[in-house]
Amino acid sequence: MATTAIRWQENRIIQDRIKRTIAYTIVIIMAVAYIFPLYWLLVTALKTDVEIFAQPPPIIPPNPQWHNFADSTTYIPFWRYMWNTIAISGLTVLGTVLSCTFIAYGFARIQWPGRNIVFLIYLSTIMLPSQVTLIPLYLIFRDLGWVGTFLPLVVPHFFGSALYVFLLRQFLLTIPQELSDAARIDGASELGILWHVMIPLMRPALAVVALFTFVQTYRDFLGPLIYLQNQQDWTISLGLKLFQNMYGAQWQLMMAASTLAMLPTIVLFFFTQKTFVRGIALTGLKG
Amino acid sequence: MTISTGRLRLTKRQRRSLIVGLLFISPAIVGFFVFNIGPIIQSLQYSFTRYNILQPPRYVGLNNYLFLLEDRVFKIGIQNTLYMVLIGLPIHLVFNMLMALLLNTKIRGLSIYRSIFYVPSITPVVASTIVWLWIFNGQFGILNEFLRFIGLSPIGWLTDPNWVKPSLIFMGAWFGGNTILIYLASLQDVPYDLLESAELDGANAIQKTFRITLPMISPVIFYTIIVNVIGYFQYFTEAWVMTATRDGSAGGVANSAMFYSMYLYQTAFQQFKMGYASAQAWILFMIVLIATVILFKTAGWVYYHAEN
Repeated sequence: MATTAIRWQENRIIQDRIKRTIAYTIVIIMAVAYIFPLYWLLVTALKTDVEIFAQPPPIIPPNPQWHNFADSTTYIPFWRYMWNTIAISGLTVLGTVLSCTFIAYGFARIQWPGRNIVFLIYLSTIMLPSQVTLIPLYLIFRDLGWVGTFLPLVVPHFFGSALYVFLLRQFLLTIPQELSDAARIDGASELGILWHVMIPLMRPALAVVALFTFVQTYRDFLGPLIYLQNQQDWTISLGLKLFQNMYGAQWQLMMAASTLAMLPTIVLFFFTQKTFVRGIALTGLKG
Repeated sequence: MTISTGRLRLTKRQRRSLIVGLLFISPAIVGFFVFNIGPIIQSLQYSFTRYNILQPPRYVGLNNYLFLLEDRVFKIGIQNTLYMVLIGLPIHLVFNMLMALLLNTKIRGLSIYRSIFYVPSITPVVASTIVWLWIFNGQFGILNEFLRFIGLSPIGWLTDPNWVKPSLIFMGAWFGGNTILIYLASLQDVPYDLLESAELDGANAIQKTFRITLPMISPVIFYTIIVNVIGYFQYFTEAWVMTATRDGSAGGVANSAMFYSMYLYQTAFQQFKMGYASAQAWILFMIVLIATVILFKTAGWVYYHAEN
């Protein structure tokens, strides 16, 4: 009995080690595969316009052209586009966080008749493909004279986003009711409770909403493509694509500009990793 | 829960909380009607008109819908989009699940790998697609360079109509980090004692995965299917950036990469046929609605365990 138990134990340890080695090997191969396009972006950005077309292509740039980065910011009006992108993203974050906080509070912390049904109806808008409302909204914004400005991209976000309302509401529901009751007995208004009691507690959830909204807006292409018609108003995504179309590709400069355009979200991610991971768990787990 | 069964008979306090509640959600109410319900109805109205923006819309009955039946490019757009939803999406979700299962084997340095797989999904789509354009490039791309190196003939990844969609799916896998992390987070929540007791009963890794782990996280799998089916029906940016040409058209050789949303965009914002595009939008709406209903009706495999 004892020896078979020990043998079983040994077998298990060996098996575990084999499995582990296989798992590590695959993970490392996949990690290299995932990094490669980003590496290739950087490498191509550092080549000369001759090395770009060399065959076979050098895997490490023989003489890195660091000035390509500086050149790329004048090849396209990089900083102008960057500023537009940050401005639109920033305003979108502001609108989303502000409106979703109020809406989520109304759905989570105030008992009113019909609340759950209204919430379900509101939630169903998540499933609406944006193409369905695209054309009427374009025509409305056109009549308002907003096409060609940032307004169509920003203003709708001041009226809430069902997904983030859902996320914040889930979070608010976990806060004990006694906290609100105590504040109410002390004579606090609902706004007072929201401001003094809830918002400090909501900070982690609000950070998730802010980060996700920022990244989502920063990456957007279709919205700016439809509404930003003057070249000086373009976002970086539009700038990268349309410039390439208009003037033909200077690949190494396009790559340098693309690298620079990626940096803000990547840097943001590395400083706020925990918030991202928590947010992903939140959006997925409540399905 | 006080659902008013009789007429509206609310106490004074209920009435007060109703008013305060509605005030708090008022941005949502405005948004719901101005940005959702209103445009949905308007879009249906436009779909029965011919409207080129310059002249006022003119009622044409069902003409737009009848034209769509005959529209060859529209048909290709539907076929390509279904290809993405029915072939691309399952491949991506299974691949993402395998990656998550792999990362869930208690490997060291998890947070580093997690970051590596996630970062592509937060880079601007256009910026990363530009790299992929270069990787896929028929003449100078590294992929074909590799094929030549191992003695195979190069492939027109983006120019061969048979290859462009597989190429897009291949690239799409690279953007899937978000789903990998959703799966990973839910895998980490599967109670360990369940797996341990199954192991004591002699279950092997595959049995554990299919009998315990996957059923336990099936609500999350269902959620990712719903969200992504809706998303893949709207597939646009990657294909647009990959195939856009200098004259502003897109869709690849022989429309092999023409997807539903791209054709809709072209119809509305390049040809300014707003009525015709609205009819397309409404059909998309119906398709997505039917797909969602089918998914919910066939959700018997989703296992909801009592929480806490």
